[in-house]
Amino acid sequence: MSAGATRPPTVIRGGRVLDPSRGFDETADVLIEDGRIAAIDKPGLIQAEAADVIDAAGKIVAPGLIDMHVHLREPGYEYKETIASGCMSAVVGGVTSVACMANTNPVNDSGAVTSFIRERAATAGLANVFPIGAVSLGLQGEKLAEFGEMFEAGIVAVSDDGFSIMNSHLMRCALEYAKLFAIPVIVHEEDNCLCANGVVNEGVTAIQLGLPGMPAAGESAMVARDIELARATRGRLHIAHLSVAESLEMVRRAKDEGLNVTAEVSPHHLMLDERAVIGYNTNAKMKPPLRTAKDVAALREGLADGTIDTIATDHAPHHRDEKTVQFDAAAFGIVGLETLLPLCLELVQRGELKLERMIEALTVAPARNLNIDRGTLAIGAVADVVVFDPRKSWTLRATELASKSHNTPFDGWDLQGKVTHTLVGGRQVWEDES
Amino acid sequence: MAEGERQRRHLLGLNGVSAADLIVLLDTAEALAEVSRREVKKLPTLRGKTVINLFMENSTRTRISFEIAAKRLSADSINVSAAGSSISKGETLADTARNLAAMSPDAIVIRHPSAGAARLLADIVDCSIINAGDGWHEHPTQALLDILTIRQYKREIAGLTVTIVGDILHSRVARSNVFGLLTLGARVRVSGPPTLLPPEFAALGVEIEYDLAAAVADSDVVMMLRIQRERQGENFFPSLDEYAHYYCLTEEILAEAKPDVIILHPGPMNRGIEISSGVADGPYSVMMNQVANGVAMRMAVLYQLIVPGADGIRGSKLAHPPKKSLPRLDAGGAA
Ligand SMILES: [Zn+2]
Repeated sequence: MSAGATRPPTVIRGGRVLDPSRGFDETADVLIEDGRIAAIDKPGLIQAEAADVIDAAGKIVAPGLIDMHVHLREPGYEYKETIASGCMSAVVGGVTSVACMANTNPVNDSGAVTSFIRERAATAGLANVFPIGAVSLGLQGEKLAEFGEMFEAGIVAVSDDGFSIMNSHLMRCALEYAKLFAIPVIVHEEDNCLCANGVVNEGVTAIQLGLPGMPAAGESAMVARDIELARATRGRLHIAHLSVAESLEMVRRAKDEGLNVTAEVSPHHLMLDERAVIGYNTNAKMKPPLRTAKDVAALREGLADGTIDTIATDHAPHHRDEKTVQFDAAAFGIVGLETLLPLCLELVQRGELKLERMIEALTVAPARNLNIDRGTLAIGAVADVVVFDPRKSWTLRATELASKSHNTPFDGWDLQGKVTHTLVGGRQVWEDES
Repeated sequence: MAEGERQRRHLLGLNGVSAADLIVLLDTAEALAEVSRREVKKLPTLRGKTVINLFMENSTRTRISFEIAAKRLSADSINVSAAGSSISKGETLADTARNLAAMSPDAIVIRHPSAGAARLLADIVDCSIINAGDGWHEHPTQALLDILTIRQYKREIAGLTVTIVGDILHSRVARSNVFGLLTLGARVRVSGPPTLLPPEFAALGVEIEYDLAAAVADSDVVMMLRIQRERQGENFFPSLDEYAHYYCLTEEILAEAKPDVIILHPGPMNRGIEISSGVADGPYSVMMNQVANGVAMRMAVLYQLIVPGADGIRGSKLAHPPKKSLPRLDAGGAA
């Protein structure tokens, strides 16, 4: 932006300002100048000439949400999502930063692909995009990708997400080598032999429907191995989309022990159990699969007590044609950016999660995990801000999503809580006019 | 004619089908069995109706059985198989279904290797869908003909002890029989090696007994399943020899059952592996009755699904439930 075109300041007036990074929770006005948080003060005290004003009375003002697990599909699968459409979906959902997984085509296993993603994101000019590089070349699980080259180009983590790293030596080396750059290794835990051909959770629903299952141990056995490797290497391990109670227990012990282990959970694993696939609903097919009611209860508890530090969507857009097939042939995954906030708020409304804890899991926790300077409304911080109305009721219509794909199991749900304004770097990129 | 209503009737599985509906189907089959014993084995009932047999997996027996059933009711039946159809050219099942539906059939009989394939068709097209076996899920007409056979020998299903033996995990025949037999009040026991019989099956309401002799003891009916040779390569059991050693139904083991026990097998059999020749060819075997009942049972299903206002099952649970949003988990969690 040229120096001459200075934007007028913005004042967000009268909202409940909630910033878990500083333990701040008060009704206040927020002044944004030059793309940064310039002041936060009692309502009415901030005077700003010719400022753009956002009326946030009755609303919540928080750091822009950070989703550390997103599949943007570009390059290679633009028919599912593009960086631009994915970023639009993000800001509609109040998400100002996304970290995107490497399973594109070509795979993000080189500085060139990392740079391409960042350029596309800059052109789109909506959310911040933080690329995640592959652990192994081509996600093949054999040879370490050039972490350094990708790091220089801007990756914030490495992951072979979509695949498990079955080679324990490779996993060990990834944890050790990533230390050079102080970036986490994000793992998708699924034992390939135990989960081969599995399409749903192994359990009663799988038995009823005659579908091949993925056992809980297919995840927890890998979590156990990786926690042991994290202990041995003192490496930085982040466990993606944790889904079974057994894994949760191991993470709890690892954290108690002071290991450098963090974990995320997706909203769908908090809101649905395996019964959602009954009727062969391909929009309830994902990896890891929806688990049992007992697991759901454990995950909610683990999120509330901080064992699971982060909420991330695993936003995985797929074309309608990839879901309108027999269940075993359908693609794994669902979109999640635009349902993230209301689904989490439902747990708050039910009294199972504190609002501050929820915002923390969506802002400062993922920022810390990825070591990025976001997720806070501290004075001087980049002004990524979300304003939402926690009481606004609406009905989700899959076809109205901003994402290019509409594969959601929440179609037709009555939701409460809607993003009204999204600001990235002080610039308003989304305002809900409904 | 209430076209829409009629056209939403399917037989996708026995899970959820009421006892009353099962009995209507069984009684209809009993009445239609008489046709097969006539000199001229044909009724004009489905004249002008079209039945498509869409078989995406090899099954000569089931296909022929459906074909004969349709012909005896004077329906036109057309066979579409995987080889030689556009499926082998990469067309999706949904597109195949739409194309077939555009030709206005009255019913599509589908056999497919994927669980839920019949349900997918029912969601897409308007005509009646009959599941002739979908993956490991269900094979409702096989179970109906098994139950019909049992009923012919035992009169009442309620109160019987029926033991199903073999690869329960991968068996659509076992699942459909479990659902149907339980609905009709039988006590159902399942047996097989633990690798092929996960404890979760108990949730369906069956008893699990890993020891064959103990499972067969006091049984009124023993149903043996065909063991797939591929399963040994997948380590579900070490060898066919060892499988046979523990799970082959021999005359010796059969001595533990009730004196008037009957033995069923959906075929084709592996003699000497899951069943000894002595048992297969012995006085307790009712396998040829199963085959004969197959035609009558499929006639009954075609009749009840295609004919408007056929007795009993209109608008019943045979119709699959309408699509709606997923329900929320109960408050207070999910526990
Ligand atoms: Zn994953």
